[in-house]
Amino acid sequence: MNDTAQRRIRVLLAKPGLDGHDQGAKVVARAMMDAGFEVIYTGLRQTPEQVSRIALDEDVDVIALSSMAGSHLPFCRKLKPLLEANGLGDKLWMIGGNLPAQDHDALRELGFKGIFPTGSKLDAIAAYIRESIRESIRENAA
Amino acid sequence: MNDRAQPTLKRVTNESGLEVQPFYTAADVAASGGDAMIGQPGEFPFTRGIHREMYRKQPWTMRQYAGFGNPADTNQRFKYLIANGQTGLNVAFDLPTQIGLDSDDPLAQGEIGRVGMSVDTLRDFEIAFDGIDLDKITVSMTINGAAAIAIAMYLAMAEKRGYDVKKLRGTAQNDILKEFIGRGTWIFPVEPSIKLVGDTIEYCAEHAPKYSPVSVCGYHIRESGATPAEEMAYAFCIARAYADEVIARGLHVDEFAGRLSYNFNIFGNLFEQVCKFRAGRSLWAKIMKEEYKAEKPGSMWLRMIAAGGGGGLTFEQPELNIVRGAYYALISALSGTQTMALCSYDEAYTIPTEYSARISLRTMQILIAEMGLTETVDPLGGSYYVETMTNQMRDKMEEIIAETDAQGGIVKLVSEGAIQAKVSAQAYKMQRDIESGAFPKVGVNCYRNDQEDEHKVDFHPYDEDDARVQIESLNRVRAERDADRVAHTLAGVGEAARAGANVMPAIVEAVKAYASVGEITQELVKVFGRYQEPIRF
Repeated sequence: MNDTAQRRIRVLLAKPGLDGHDQGAKVVARAMMDAGFEVIYTGLRQTPEQVSRIALDEDVDVIALSSMAGSHLPFCRKLKPLLEANGLGDKLWMIGGNLPAQDHDALRELGFKGIFPTGSKLDAIAAYIRESIRESIRENAA
Repeated sequence: MNDRAQPTLKRVTNESGLEVQPFYTAADVAASGGDAMIGQPGEFPFTRGIHREMYRKQPWTMRQYAGFGNPADTNQRFKYLIANGQTGLNVAFDLPTQIGLDSDDPLAQGEIGRVGMSVDTLRDFEIAFDGIDLDKITVSMTINGAAAIAIAMYLAMAEKRGYDVKKLRGTAQNDILKEFIGRGTWIFPVEPSIKLVGDTIEYCAEHAPKYSPVSVCGYHIRESGATPAEEMAYAFCIARAYADEVIARGLHVDEFAGRLSYNFNIFGNLFEQVCKFRAGRSLWAKIMKEEYKAEKPGSMWLRMIAAGGGGGLTFEQPELNIVRGAYYALISALSGTQTMALCSYDEAYTIPTEYSARISLRTMQILIAEMGLTETVDPLGGSYYVETMTNQMRDKMEEIIAETDAQGGIVKLVSEGAIQAKVSAQAYKMQRDIESGAFPKVGVNCYRNDQEDEHKVDFHPYDEDDARVQIESLNRVRAERDADRVAHTLAGVGEAARAGANVMPAIVEAVKAYASVGEITQELVKVFGRYQEPIRF
């Protein structure tokens, strides 16, 4: 698929697990809309199965999670095989929120390339998405 | 625009949208409404405090938010805090408990005991409060969606231990409307959720008249992006919605209003916060007296817990959060709060360690022992600035309440997601202002330490084994309890809900039979359904 060059970047923003602190997710959703992306925000309490199904149905380029309550690693461990089984392994996987530094390597190993802990800049998130998608288009074209 | 302001001076507007002048005089107090609403501490309209002597008689209750892992872990933390001088308990529940799931529910996996203690049955309450004298230490519970069950468990546990429930004090947060706005631990749709809050108020008014079944929580509305004036105004709109629900059942306002309490936030401009509380106290007294025709002074009191404000803490340079916490405690003391639950410096990351919780506790103790904060009531009263701003904040709150009413009321606006959209738009603007430097934040957009590793904090460790221990404990209770009694009492919960009756008596019976949080919630879901959040931007 190479139509990302023509169409707007589609970002799935999901709130994994049971955590209800969604202020950060909503702030990021607005920022991504302002950056010109199409944003699909899931609302609260998504299971790994729901996240991977919505990502597939919505044909998104980016799968981004916002996690504040500390359950990011168990969630991402469950999500990874589901995304891969759905053929979403080549999408950009990202995660933001309350992510202690000692967990970053484990998240990266699981395939979450973009890690944006609390305190990250909104423009940096948008720039990262734009650059990563551009790069993947180049790779696909090559 | 103040004609004394120098045209060259930068214009300063507080978060609530009120302009701050370079200086104030008696003329500004007079122009803002004068001293008609100041009064004396302990007298209507209670601007200066709800009691005459305030902290001189008794310092604020120190009630740190605490709880993690299984109930035995939490019991140890409670005892540690009490041994260090804490005077009240504030229970943190894990997310499965808060949204009515048992620990063996598939959705609970990975979340058990993580942000609070896990509770499945009455047995867990018995373990958590073992050895704690409920007459000496009052307990506040931060739970909303499943609050009716937690209140039932608390009362049942106390009764089992021989306490007279009629005399038992304590508080449940139980403010579901703010959960729809922020924090998100809702279970049922809006209307039955409000009915459930009404059930707890009505039940406690009769059976546990000293217990506070609701602590209306402006705190989380502020954390979600509301200004200080909106925080207070929306909290009052929410409290009115609960009061209306109970009054519609035939209760007189004086039968329950004295047990309503509040939870407010602290972060931001010191003077704006102090004026928010002074204005809020007098406005709530006025609403209760004029709109609800309350007669007892206690019904008009704005009883509150304040000193949190995790939203003001920063991930960057976490040690600065100790300093922020100290100022938050100072603001709370100057504001005349009844209770403080001071955030700990590591709360921008996770739940507090013993060490960080103790620093917060000591911060409050320093104010009491060394800083003279308990010696006189409302020490900022009479300041031209504070009195003017208090009047202006009161006007602002009244304006927000009138606007909310004109748009159909808080219940309608929350149901539609309108309040959520409004505060999240404001949170976005604030984040942009912080990133651009327009809103200064030390360590974030100014005075940064770019060379240091800024994120080094010793975290509270999560014990993966807690989940296994908790599920085993639940299975033991299930095996030991009287299955027929459980089935019978659970059926009673469903029947009460279907009949539109107050469900509290049935929940209390089910809890006493050791029915679980998840089982009772399921019975209610069958009748009430589950909430679907409206997503609006």
